[in-house]
Amino acid sequence: MRSTWKQIWPPFVAVIFFLAVWQLAVSLFRIEAWILPSPSGIAREFTGNASGIWTHTAATLRLTMIGFPIGTGVGLVVALLLHLLPWAKRAFYPLLILSQNVPSIALGPLLVIWFGFGLLPKIVLITLVCFFPVAVAAMGGLAQSDRVMMNYMKMAGASKWQIFTKLELPHSLPALFSGVKISATYAVMGAVVAEWIGADKGIGYYMLLQKSAYRTDRMFVAIVIIVLLSLVLFALIALLEKWLVRWKPRRDV
Amino acid sequence: MSQPSDSPVQEQPVYGTDTRRTSPLPAALEVSGVSKAFTHRRKVTPVLNNVSLRVEPQEFVSIVGPSGCGKSTLFHIIGGLETPDAGTVSMNGRLLTGQRGEISYMPQQPALFPWRTILDNVLLAGELKGALGEGAREEARQWLDKVGLAGFERAYPHMLSGGMQQRAAFLRALLAPQELMLLDEPFSALDALTRSAMQRWLLELWEANRRSVLFITHNIEEALLLSSRIYVFSGRPGSILHTVDIPFPRPRREEITDSPEFLKLKRQLSDWMREEQEKGRK
Repeated sequence: MRSTWKQIWPPFVAVIFFLAVWQLAVSLFRIEAWILPSPSGIAREFTGNASGIWTHTAATLRLTMIGFPIGTGVGLVVALLLHLLPWAKRAFYPLLILSQNVPSIALGPLLVIWFGFGLLPKIVLITLVCFFPVAVAAMGGLAQSDRVMMNYMKMAGASKWQIFTKLELPHSLPALFSGVKISATYAVMGAVVAEWIGADKGIGYYMLLQKSAYRTDRMFVAIVIIVLLSLVLFALIALLEKWLVRWKPRRDV
Repeated sequence: MSQPSDSPVQEQPVYGTDTRRTSPLPAALEVSGVSKAFTHRRKVTPVLNNVSLRVEPQEFVSIVGPSGCGKSTLFHIIGGLETPDAGTVSMNGRLLTGQRGEISYMPQQPALFPWRTILDNVLLAGELKGALGEGAREEARQWLDKVGLAGFERAYPHMLSGGMQQRAAFLRALLAPQELMLLDEPFSALDALTRSAMQRWLLELWEANRRSVLFITHNIEEALLLSSRIYVFSGRPGSILHTVDIPFPRPRREEITDSPEFLKLKRQLSDWMREEQEKGRK
């Protein structure tokens, strides 16, 4: 308990300090609220009526919760296929890496042309941003099994499938989870961007509305909500990891 | 500096070197005329040179030799991880060169699977062979009690000390369905005290449950205490320099390490080893 507290308080103090400087600067230099609202102003807007932001939040959450599992699933399937078929890995892995030079977000408008304004183009966009970190992390984890354990398995006469299920897969879990955690935050971002491109609800849509009204404070409220969504999703994945990888020795920090 | 590896692989009269075929039962392990060289960037490095050895059923046989004498490569060949350039491996009269799954192996590091409990680790070899019968778990649990790991059935490997992990790894090898056990310097990572305790433990355990064992070690005393026969390996490329039958009757006590005969054998083996080590340095 004490050590957790020791870890938490320095960043906590740093954040408080940052907010204090911000608040002071805004009132000291009399910065207009439409350029930069003060933290207290944002907090007031957040707790007060942020005109229906919660329905928008629910819409974004729903989109994320559909897109994220699909994106993660696709990433996993790609990783497993490439791992189990070495020739496919040789052929596609370099292309997969190269494909990441195409900014997925720039594909958004194209997706709208192809799939319209419904749910589909948004899910496709989230899948595009989510699958890559999962696929790369899982492939890395699967390929880097312990050599001694691998030799043991082979000498004991383990089949390829046994090596995969009893050694490579469990061994890759920690690496896999670090990929899933990254893609969890990407998923929220992907959902918001998808809503910018074409939607009639959601946090992204809400931000566009507030932008045209120069309600900077409300845009900050939206940002806070996006951060909170990412954090909650991240924490859930971390919990799942802790439960699934409970065999791992606890690191002494 | 020393460049003994530059010599080309010699043509060896590989087959028919088995002159020790005197026992009525086929050997638990018979390695005959095994040679192996690795090629790296067009440079051929011979690692094993015409190695022949046998392990009779229920016999404890050791290999001692300087480091880098190709002992681990020999284990990989026996275990089917590598195929020899020449020579054969057979077990119980069956020719099994390059076949996997025929031996029970204990590596240098315990290599317990961190996501398995100790009980599941110990049962792994049987599980892989689909050879876990009804009472296997119960039997394994009793074994864990016997080797001083009672109460750790559901612990994960990282919770155990080095010596305990080694005992679990040994138990995994012992409970494997394969008869022949290959032990690759199992105690080399342990401190001296734990090591001698583990030697006594292994001696006692083996004498109660005779299995065919091929044991690699750097430690001459360990080899003398445990084995019925010792093969002394040369430096790289590894070949058998001497074969020493160890006369001490069984069951052995640790006290034999103080007997004059033991000390004489120990000095003899140490001299051979030192010679080899010095040859390697030149």
